[in-house]
Amino acid sequence: MTQTVETPVPDVDSATGPLALTGGVEALRDPSAVLRIPHLAEDVDEVPVHNPDGDDTMIINMGPQHPSTHGVLRVMMELRGETVLRSKPVIGYLHTGMEKTGEDLTYLQGPTNTTRMDYVSPMFNELVFSLATEKLLDLEIPERATWIRMLMCELNRMSSQVLWLATNGMDLGAVSMMIYGFRERESILAFFEKCSGLRMNNNYIRPGGVAADLPEGWRDDVLKICDVFPVRLDEYETLLTGQPIWQERTQGVGIITADECVALGITGPILRSTGVEWDLRRDAPYLFYDQVDFNVVVGTYGDTFDRYAIRLNEIRESINIVRQIVDRMPPGDYRAQDKKVTPPPRGRIDESMEALIHHFKIFTEGFKVPEGEVYVAIESPRGELGCYMVSDGSSKPYRMHIRGPSFVNLQALAHMIRGGLLADAVAIISTVDPVMGEVDR
Amino acid sequence: MPDSPAEAEAEPEPEPPPPTLHGAPLSESRGQTVVHPDQSQYFDLVRALKDEGFVMCVDLCGVDHLLKPDRPLPDGVAPERFEVAVNLLSLAERRRIRVRVQVPEADARVASIYDLHPGTEAMEREAYDMFGILFDGHPDLSRILMPDDWEGHPLRKDFGIGRIPVQFKHTGGSR
Repeated sequence: MTQTVETPVPDVDSATGPLALTGGVEALRDPSAVLRIPHLAEDVDEVPVHNPDGDDTMIINMGPQHPSTHGVLRVMMELRGETVLRSKPVIGYLHTGMEKTGEDLTYLQGPTNTTRMDYVSPMFNELVFSLATEKLLDLEIPERATWIRMLMCELNRMSSQVLWLATNGMDLGAVSMMIYGFRERESILAFFEKCSGLRMNNNYIRPGGVAADLPEGWRDDVLKICDVFPVRLDEYETLLTGQPIWQERTQGVGIITADECVALGITGPILRSTGVEWDLRRDAPYLFYDQVDFNVVVGTYGDTFDRYAIRLNEIRESINIVRQIVDRMPPGDYRAQDKKVTPPPRGRIDESMEALIHHFKIFTEGFKVPEGEVYVAIESPRGELGCYMVSDGSSKPYRMHIRGPSFVNLQALAHMIRGGLLADAVAIISTVDPVMGEVDR
Repeated sequence: MPDSPAEAEAEPEPEPPPPTLHGAPLSESRGQTVVHPDQSQYFDLVRALKDEGFVMCVDLCGVDHLLKPDRPLPDGVAPERFEVAVNLLSLAERRRIRVRVQVPEADARVASIYDLHPGTEAMEREAYDMFGILFDGHPDLSRILMPDDWEGHPLRKDFGIGRIPVQFKHTGGSR
């Protein structure tokens, strides 16, 4: 689809932040872009579409098994010709009640559950759960554990974004990109396997620290990844960025404005593609992100190409952060030595009955967390990943709610697709980067 | 002896009124600001907060306090079975605030804030789906995660785990 980009540069003062943004329903171009079945008969004709033949509209379902819908997402679309009039994402196919399950698992078992939500970036799910638990416990984490968490999260961010490059390439016909992306991701997953024993769903970050110290030779492994990635990223730029087909398929497609993003609660690369500098790593620092240097990558037009460029360049920023972490990794303990939370060391179990009992109690009954409620948010590759946790003083969360960025970001879909071609819908679904495990939980 | 400490104690200073924000009691939870409006104040409070700069509604979720009726709440807030917790974010000031509304079981409905924050569309549907809390003014309050013909609201505390046989087959009547 050839189309000149007409969206004005968003009016955002970079020095003071997005003060001008108001949000609100009036910011949306047209709430009826969302297809609502009860009112289907209404206002279809009000959608301004060039329709010389007077054809009727047609509703088609894309998904839930369509390969380019990234899992089990179903998008209902109302078409006139090849133009999408309205659309509606239908979700829930992967709903397995993980929030309910979370209420029946102890705080130590919790990360095994949350890590399976956003299965492309499992470390972030574990981290947000652990941070919420630690905030309720008021637990101090050793410095080394915090740096290890940052290292893992940034590597995971790289693997997640590179997987997105791969699937996005495949969606738009660049199948070789798909193979390259998965190859690069595998090098990071191999490192995760070395550290945690698992490629995905690591359960590595836990309340109180991390599961194990970094393995011997981790520095060389990480530096090798850092050396290989920039070369590969340059190759991807050659393959995609300057390619006319790629540009035509992405530039000016799926435009969203900053006001719409704020109104819909959209965060992450989609919000940044509109020019809003908002990255929780910088704007609400957690872990030690205030001690490392990195840039927040923003776009200008809020189109699919901007989001592609942002994700590509965020990998470069992550490499930059990882190098700083490798330089600054302090010696020390990889988990908090709080007797209430941490199991006793393995050696003590052999010689002390009390240690054995204590070990047994921590893993069967779990540790008790003081009563209270807390909301913790971190920047996942897809946006703000939040955890709202309510504790009743027992060893299991009373309520554990995960605010998945994909779940909220999916609401942008209808507004971005509207008025575009059906073929562009594939590019737009891909650019939202929904991970259905997190959407449906 | 008018200056004796005993007499001073007999006339205690009036306690400072509990802190409020737009007429709703204010509290703090682990350093995070929480406002507790009642059902009727809720919509106006969110609107006032939005005018103050809390332009993004980050999260909205329900909580069922069936098993925990005596939880700590600030003075003047009567505990009810359900709660709706809304997390608002001010991008300009980099501040967050949480709004917790008490929702009684007998009248489980609150105003929808869709008109203020359209992004709550999916979140309110999720809260309705999981807890059966109704949101007045929502454009399309229907189930979002569970199947349309599902009975019950799974995240309620009286909805058991593992009570449901496999749903993908014909289960023959009762669930």
